[in-house]
Amino acid sequence: MSSSDVAVKSRGMRPTDISDPAYFHKVVDCQWACPAHTPVPEYIRLIAQKRFTEAYMLNWESNVFPGVLGRTCDRPCEPACRRGRLQEKPVAICRLKRVAADYRGDVSDLLPKAPKKKNGKRVALLGAGPASLVVARDLMPLGYTCVLFEKDPRGGGLMRTNIPPFRLPEKVLDEEVGYIVDMGVETRFGEEVTSLKALLDEEFDAVFVGTGAPRGKDLNIPGRDEADANIHIGIDWLTSIAFEHTKKVGKRVVVIGGGNTAMDCCRSALRLGGKDVRVTVRSPRADMKASDWEIEDAEHEGIPIFDNHQPKEFIVENGKLKGMKFALVEAEYSDDGKRTLVPTGEEVVFECDDVLMAIGQDNAFPWIERDIGIDFNEWEMPDVDKTTMMSTRPGVFFGGDAAWGPENIIWAVAHGHQAAISIGLFCHGKDLKAERPAPGASLVSQKMGIHEWAYDNDYSEDGRFVVPHQDQKITLKDLKAEVELGFDDELAYLEAERCLNCDIQTVFIRDLCIECDACVDICPVDCINFTGNGEEQDLRPRLRVPASNLSQDIYVSDVLKTGRIMAKDEDLCLHCGLCAERCPTGAWDMQQFTYVERQANPAGQPNCMAYIK
Amino acid sequence: MTYMKKPSVRHPDLPKNELGLTRRDYEGLVSTLCAGCGHDSISAAIIEACFELDLPAHRLAKLSGIGCSSKTPTYFLNRSHGFNSVHGRMPSIATGANLANRDLIYLGVSGDGDTASIGLGQFCHAVRRRINMVYIVENNGTYGLTKGQFSATNDKVSQSKKGEANLFEAFDLCTLAIQLGAGFVGRGFSGDKGQLVPLIKAALRYNGFAFLDIISPCVTFNDHEASTKSYGYVRAHNEAMDRLDFVPKLQEITAQYEEGETTSVPMHDGSMMRLHKLDKDYDPRDADNALAILRKRYERGQVVTGLLYVDDDEADLHELLNTTKEPMNAVPMSELCPGSGELEKINKDFR
Repeated sequence: MSSSDVAVKSRGMRPTDISDPAYFHKVVDCQWACPAHTPVPEYIRLIAQKRFTEAYMLNWESNVFPGVLGRTCDRPCEPACRRGRLQEKPVAICRLKRVAADYRGDVSDLLPKAPKKKNGKRVALLGAGPASLVVARDLMPLGYTCVLFEKDPRGGGLMRTNIPPFRLPEKVLDEEVGYIVDMGVETRFGEEVTSLKALLDEEFDAVFVGTGAPRGKDLNIPGRDEADANIHIGIDWLTSIAFEHTKKVGKRVVVIGGGNTAMDCCRSALRLGGKDVRVTVRSPRADMKASDWEIEDAEHEGIPIFDNHQPKEFIVENGKLKGMKFALVEAEYSDDGKRTLVPTGEEVVFECDDVLMAIGQDNAFPWIERDIGIDFNEWEMPDVDKTTMMSTRPGVFFGGDAAWGPENIIWAVAHGHQAAISIGLFCHGKDLKAERPAPGASLVSQKMGIHEWAYDNDYSEDGRFVVPHQDQKITLKDLKAEVELGFDDELAYLEAERCLNCDIQTVFIRDLCIECDACVDICPVDCINFTGNGEEQDLRPRLRVPASNLSQDIYVSDVLKTGRIMAKDEDLCLHCGLCAERCPTGAWDMQQFTYVERQANPAGQPNCMAYIK
Repeated sequence: MTYMKKPSVRHPDLPKNELGLTRRDYEGLVSTLCAGCGHDSISAAIIEACFELDLPAHRLAKLSGIGCSSKTPTYFLNRSHGFNSVHGRMPSIATGANLANRDLIYLGVSGDGDTASIGLGQFCHAVRRRINMVYIVENNGTYGLTKGQFSATNDKVSQSKKGEANLFEAFDLCTLAIQLGAGFVGRGFSGDKGQLVPLIKAALRYNGFAFLDIISPCVTFNDHEASTKSYGYVRAHNEAMDRLDFVPKLQEITAQYEEGETTSVPMHDGSMMRLHKLDKDYDPRDADNALAILRKRYERGQVVTGLLYVDDDEADLHELLNTTKEPMNAVPMSELCPGSGELEKINKDFR
């Protein structure tokens, strides 16, 4: 043992168990963050290779609506993107997904078909939003009979009613809803379920409630009732635009609210004749709930945002709305971070013709009887099992916004997959938890030669590319003109190259290591260490660069010949493979990690299943 | 060895030195040596040492000869001066450069072939002349560039990769350097940066001829079972004489040792070397003792490492020659060539 190793400790962290799929899954930050666990790096590689159809199908397996989500997803993957931790912007994952959808070829032969012979099980799906549609997609190929109830005349749920066509063209939605409905789903559109009890009396083996959170919040302040004709609930107003009941709005419009619905409302108002459209928010701008990019898009269209404006009164003259009075407030934060909005005493009036209220939405289950075995909690929400999606009444499942309140499309998709698994197990008398299929994972070496890998390991130094937009002269005149044009294939390639391939894992084989330090020296981000072992809190600060990001794991090997261990901070690893290229003995290998969340219909996962034992 | 450029992106929390630089600012091009070559670890140790010393890269000149080792200056300090010279002739270049400009730090990088074979004479004279430089030998006991013949530092007991016996005894370059009068002699191992980085830092701060023999396994030709220059052998037989702490100027001494003996050696620039003895028989200021230890331990098959000998009061070449502080290139033209009038005056004296 050499002089510097005198202080080697023998006790400390246990060697990392890389056979546990969760370990490397966490390293693939985007996939881990995606509720549906879409294999992001793999589809981005397919896009770089211009294999758009394959990229689309890989997406479709996991998230079912790549064309819709590639335009509208809340993209939890992007804040998680490792590139964002390198003092850079994350990869434009969402817009790359759209590229896969835009440039895909004919996929009809690749879609699963429902068998002619049914399995005799009937499932009722309430609400034709993303959650119910996913359940149908997963169950139809297995021979289930799915009956889809929807109060609106067409399927799609909030994807159709609440996302304006300048963000999501109807054709894109129709295609992806069509892929599912055309498998032979029995649709009862325009049919609102008013009593669950009555429905349960029909012969269904299982019922899935995916009715969303359909009730927009109202504001009970003076003038509300008198000015009712010109006050609109945001989500209802957007719905009436979607079904072409509303075609115009006043010249001066005030939008109340700071979420994504508010952004959709103000931009829609601008296209329906609004000239002076303003957004008002109670909170400081930094606390607005809307996604940054949606705020940007609204401001880019010239819509001002007034923050710290608390609505006080609808001003009514001669029975008609004249304006809106606001009290100005300031946010004060207590020591525990709690916010209070304190009035400054100042008040302002915005004159307006219409007010749109987008201040949140609630669940509402007036149609579910409280005596049929479905327990509701103090907030009038059903008790739903987080794993199985089943309520307290066996055979009744919840998903999407109906389960735990407003989320987003991708969460609804994830719920749908889990509910479909449960429904499958339930209909066959199996245990919903004990017999639930575990996720699959595999590791495959990418080594092709001394400096050759089966993936493109070179690091792109480019910054994030901006998606081209359509000319505002066109978009502001036409509600249906899509604002974003999407990446073309060349921009998509450059953006795809920014992906760090976080699914290509650095696998360390202890027995091969001769501790030459070559990997330590070459690593561009100093994440590899050979050091004495210790407990995690002792080890983290004494790495080459202290491992301060506690959400990222330390990959620890068993004890090496010198008594030290290998400790790698996963936080900023570029997955460039230089450690493996520099290793004289192959103790580092770059291996593609494929993680597959199981679905009710394993045969519907052909792309993923190819890799999994 | 890789075909890919090392990404320029770096860890945002990478420590910075007094100059506001990170260790990555001291890097060079990506190495084209074999993967796992000890030489690359030595380059990394040089980078680390210069970073920790807050060394401005333009104050250093890298000099080398020919061989795998002599390629390495390309792989570190790419903002420093450099001269890749003729095989075995690095000491001549270093001597000339040092005489022309005594203010730069000279870092010579050589190998066992470049130093102990073709350049042995040059090496000996550079030591004898006390050039103020750091002379590093990246010693792997083999001629790697010509497919693995024994070099003059390969131990007699150490066989080739294919099992051929070595007929000749090895030079011990540390012994040679001490005998020839080097004021700072150390031996390190590329696989132990904890020991190596302080050695390089102290050598860079030493005023006089600082010699470092660094065992650096050749992963391609000399890292096998029967080799005495393999990672495995050196790890198993490494006998560190001391642990060295280099304490920069104006920094408090914080290292505490529980047992053994600690010697403080002041350096010219006010910094301090703190030597902690790990071996009771060892005395770092006694050349005879060092030579005896080197010989005895070698016979036992041990690889003696650490700072083996130091003379903290050795005069360098400039002191011996009593040269002027100001290099010629800094003397203004009016003084260098005072004109024909002055020449006339001088000539008059001889009439």
